[in-house]
Amino acid sequence: MKIGVFVCHCGSNIAGTVDTAKVAEAARQMPEVAFATDTMYACSEPGQAGVVQAVKEHGLDGVVVASCTPRMHELTFRRTLERAGLNRYMFEMANIREHVSWIGKDMQANTRKATDLVGIAVEKLRRDKPLTAKKFDICKRVMVIGGGVAGIQAALDMAEGGLEVVLVERSATIGGKMAKLDKTFPTVDCSSCILGPKMVDVSQHPNITLYAYSEVESVSGFVGNFDVKVRRKARYVNWEACTGCGLCMEKCPSKKAKDDFNEQIGTTTAINIPSPQAIPKKAKIDPEFCRQFTKGKCGVCAKICPSGAIEYDQQDEVVGEKVGAIIAATGFDLFDYTRYGEYGGGRYPDVITSIQYERMLSASGPTGGHIKRPSDSKEPKSIVFVQCVGSRDKSIGRPYCSGFCCMYTAKQAILTKDHIPDSQSYVFYMDIRAPGKNYDEFTRRGMEEYGTQYIRGRVSMIYPQGDKYIVRGADTLLGTQVEVEADLVVLAVGAESSKGSPELAEKLRISYDAYGFFMESHPKLKPVETNTAGVYLAGSCQGPKDIPSSVGQGSAAAAKVLSLFSRSQLESDPQVSMVDIKRCIGCGKCIATCPFGAIEAIDFRGQPKAQVIETVCQGCGICTATCPQGAIQLQHFTDNQILAEVNALCQQALEVNFE
Amino acid sequence: MPASAGSELRIVGFLCNWCSYGGADTAGVGRFTQPTDLRIIRVPCSGRIDPLFVVKALMGGADGVLVSGCHPRDCHYSQGNFYARRRLEVLKRFLPTLGIDPKRFEYTWVSASEGQRWQSVVTKFTEQIHALGPAPNQCRSAQAPQEAERSAG
Ligand SMILES: Cc1cc2nc3c(=O)[nH]c(=O)nc-3n(C[C@H](O)[C@H](O)[C@H](O)COP(=O)(O)OP(=O)(O)OC[C@H]3O[C@@H](n4cnc5c(N)ncnc54)[C@H](O)[C@@H]3O)c2cc1C
Ligand code: SF4
Ligand code: SF4
Repeated sequence: MKIGVFVCHCGSNIAGTVDTAKVAEAARQMPEVAFATDTMYACSEPGQAGVVQAVKEHGLDGVVVASCTPRMHELTFRRTLERAGLNRYMFEMANIREHVSWIGKDMQANTRKATDLVGIAVEKLRRDKPLTAKKFDICKRVMVIGGGVAGIQAALDMAEGGLEVVLVERSATIGGKMAKLDKTFPTVDCSSCILGPKMVDVSQHPNITLYAYSEVESVSGFVGNFDVKVRRKARYVNWEACTGCGLCMEKCPSKKAKDDFNEQIGTTTAINIPSPQAIPKKAKIDPEFCRQFTKGKCGVCAKICPSGAIEYDQQDEVVGEKVGAIIAATGFDLFDYTRYGEYGGGRYPDVITSIQYERMLSASGPTGGHIKRPSDSKEPKSIVFVQCVGSRDKSIGRPYCSGFCCMYTAKQAILTKDHIPDSQSYVFYMDIRAPGKNYDEFTRRGMEEYGTQYIRGRVSMIYPQGDKYIVRGADTLLGTQVEVEADLVVLAVGAESSKGSPELAEKLRISYDAYGFFMESHPKLKPVETNTAGVYLAGSCQGPKDIPSSVGQGSAAAAKVLSLFSRSQLESDPQVSMVDIKRCIGCGKCIATCPFGAIEAIDFRGQPKAQVIETVCQGCGICTATCPQGAIQLQHFTDNQILAEVNALCQQALEVNFE
Repeated sequence: MPASAGSELRIVGFLCNWCSYGGADTAGVGRFTQPTDLRIIRVPCSGRIDPLFVVKALMGGADGVLVSGCHPRDCHYSQGNFYARRRLEVLKRFLPTLGIDPKRFEYTWVSASEGQRWQSVVTKFTEQIHALGPAPNQCRSAQAPQEAERSAG
């Protein structure tokens, strides 16, 4: 074999702390290396052209590029090899940037380490074989999990693009947080006026199947061919029959049920439709509060319902869906404000959260759009907003910025002045973060036109005094303690990952960060992809996002799926396992361990043997490490290849002289 | 002996492509300085790691071997790291039988987002190996095992 080695400078990224010329020189001594050079930017157009040229000029059979992480450019260089007329799998990468030049400054040690890494790449490449991909059919249906604005946007874009979409939403209505908002920054336009029509479109689109009040139970399969089981939770109302007339709600005698849509400001009936704008507009029974369930008698709704939709004995139902791609758009949850005991959240009735305030501002909310103190229904005149409740606070494990609270607080202060012209709003803040289009102008307008008073500093304590509350905090600009008297306190609670995110991530086989937000494939260049082919992200499930970014991501994820489905067949990765039929003793250990069911038992001339289903195999190699015979080998990561890498490293240790 | 002072030792790392290799990348991108002794061999999944690889490295002259994969329950291949944990745990108990100090081998879980954690894992393990010093001579001077290639390669 003739191997070519290219050692990249990556400008000064690598060359600054690695002697790349020396690494190339050392590479020339390695077995079967016919050509080695250093190069300025291997991934650039001239860099790649250099590789193509060298392959042709020197008749190379394989290439090693020593540069950045293969997670970045492996694919780039595989394409380069193809352009040079080689098989794309005759390629190895040595990571001398992330793993060498960026983590140490010692030129000598780095150069030695880079040389070693090139050495193992060469040893591996010597045992590489050309591989070719198999083609398989894809199922051109897609599932969107989460029906907030991001999921809605993705579903609509794909449905318009001609795809069949299955939208799974955990709560009884789609719309997510946005459906609960009154007006939206920075334009102060009405939230339900812009979201409502989109929600209706979802319910009416012939290409969209909506499973509300449902959750994903399990996911199996792989890109192009996922099998998803969806649990449709019992609603005790037949949704095919229910017309959403709401007669049941009028007559239901149990009126103390939790009103989740209104963030538990006020209560609702045991049989309820979440909101007049709900999609689907169907009733469901909350068995915790329904007298038929708790006392065994009532049955009023069953008697009153004109369409006979009530089914007290309804059970959960699990349905299976076959899809080719999945978009996770499960959004975020709000920080549990009772964790800050000193703010009295949960103890003082007039200390409420921003989303509760948002419901209060909304004309369709529990107070009909009137701002009232929960304790005595009086109109508050002095309102204090406290920002960063559950954001940017290391001590409670929430060191990140939730991104949108500065803006919604500014919005709420403006709206407050509109509702109660003789009111005064105060905002305790750390910094104002308003980087979006027209955002800074918006917060300034709040201060200048609406007279919102901003006080820079954290609140240390809130306590009641008479029928008012004292909000005590520091003013770090004046360097003094301040106390503000408030009729109502609104806590700007931060975003955290949606409940059950880690469990969903595990089902989808995607990663999540320390806070439970889903991880994108690359923070800059692959913001809506995950490391699992065919699974995409949209909206705040990836990290807190405002509406414009969530919608943008929804569309981006939809575009990714549309482009994935623009082909009728996909190529499978040929780095899969292969059985040596002579060595296989048919013990079936590999079949039992494969997480994908990619190995089947076959009969080979009367003997049991294992056989890999190539399009199903995901290339993990668990079987290879399991097989007692060494009979099943993961192509491109065979035992021999990894052992050769080990040898290359350990034998050199004997030779290198450390003075 | 701190890892920075004195000479380098030979430490081999087996890292899964999805979590720990990514974590090592994240550490690099974040410029989190680390000792230079460790060389990383990339494998698709920690479940791909045959305990034989670790033994072979230690017998062949490595002073330490570090295996790192995705956190349990967070495996790209759903279960690979559970298999890995079982095998590696058995291996750790078996090493003394081979005359190898089990402290020369560790396995750990680092996710792709945990650059800082990777930095501390590498630093700690390297310091641990330096405290043990180079692997005993009988291991190193023993004829390096020749490549016994499996015909199925
Ligand atoms: C008080 C407040 C005011 C705000 N005001 C504004 C504003 O004025 N302008 C602005 O741009 N932004 C505003 N925002 C931010 C805005 O709410 C978000 O940008 C937006 O909601 C993000 O949409 P999403 O679809 O990503 O998530 P979400 O709205 O959270 O929707 C996620 C959906 O997924 C569902 N779900 C979750 N888990 C699962 C699961 N496992 N299975 C199925 N379904 C699931 C949820 O039930 C929900 O319906 C505000 C936020 C708050 C808290
Ligand atoms: S359950 Fe019956 S009464 Fe209630 S909304 Fe549906 S159709 Fe109307
Ligand atoms: S584990 Fe190995 S020997 Fe056993 S069936 Fe699978 S390939 Fe054959």
